[in-house]
Amino acid sequence: MAKVLVVTSGKGGVGKTTSTAALGAALAQSGQKVAMIDFDVGLRNLDLIMGAERRVVYDLINVIKGDAKIEQALIRDKRVETLHLLPASQTRDKDNLTDEGVARVIDGLREKFDWIICDSPAGIERGATLAMRHADVAVVVTNPEVSSIRDSDRIIGMLDSKTLKAENGEQVEKHLLLTRYDAARAQRGEILKVEDVLEILSIPLLAIIPESTEVLRSSNLGAPVTLGSPNSAPARAYLDAVRKLQGETLVEVQKQRGLFSKLFARRAA
Amino acid sequence: MSLFSFFKRNTTSAPVARERLQVLLAHERTIVGGGESDLVAILREEIMAVIAKHLAVPQDKVQIKMDRGASVSTLEVDIEIPATLAGLRPAA
Repeated sequence: MAKVLVVTSGKGGVGKTTSTAALGAALAQSGQKVAMIDFDVGLRNLDLIMGAERRVVYDLINVIKGDAKIEQALIRDKRVETLHLLPASQTRDKDNLTDEGVARVIDGLREKFDWIICDSPAGIERGATLAMRHADVAVVVTNPEVSSIRDSDRIIGMLDSKTLKAENGEQVEKHLLLTRYDAARAQRGEILKVEDVLEILSIPLLAIIPESTEVLRSSNLGAPVTLGSPNSAPARAYLDAVRKLQGETLVEVQKQRGLFSKLFARRAA
Repeated sequence: MSLFSFFKRNTTSAPVARERLQVLLAHERTIVGGGESDLVAILREEIMAVIAKHLAVPQDKVQIKMDRGASVSTLEVDIEIPATLAGLRPAA
């Protein structure tokens, strides 16, 4: 039975799709069966980052509308055979992205895979809420920058209120993935430090992905960074993240909540 | 450029970012999350109902505000009673 993981952020351009590709590939490299679903209907990009843009025949909307079977739409990766991609539709109306249709697709995949990774679109509209709807685990991608942190805070509030788990009185397991982090600049006080971001958002840290040219290089070549540049610092960070997700878990003690998060607890609506 | 302005330019901005975010999110978590704004709406409705039993006060003359401070929070209820009702006769 698969775990459903949503990669989300609120803000665009922080690295959701890059992280989806890297985490999906890393999980598959460790032998897990992985299906990645691109929820960004109209602006799909996971296919491009994965280097599969010319192999798209059917997409998520085709499957929801019954034009294609899920097996026909899934693209199997040529490098790691347990890695699969369900692309978003590029042209069709996103009104076809229905709650019921998404539930059917995810239920169908749950039997056959170990991990279903939902790549959320930016924003807080339907694509984003449907991407997180069925999640067991959430990876909140955040840059050490004020607008990204504010949007992540909003998304964490939604994970605590708008997901199936939340509605059933359970919790989505939330992890912070801090991307594009430049430790030297943080040291100089030019950007927020990890500790600051953790205190403000008060969810446990999954990994810090350092700012690196390797990430862009891999995107250019159509490879997740864990495949395209496996020994680079960002790839190693993603591989560590995946080990944590698989429950070599979080030995790291959860940080004491700071004064700020004690005073202003986020509320589930 | 003087030596002084050279040092001033290097003042770190991250602490400012941190402080601004803390103030902003403290505010947004109470409003966007629906927690406190719901509470204020419920209080407003029930307080209005109680007042309406005894006084015909227009809705817009009742102001209800909640302020969250670090150690004390306050609920402020401000009811403006029209001069014609000064005798406090029952509304109905």
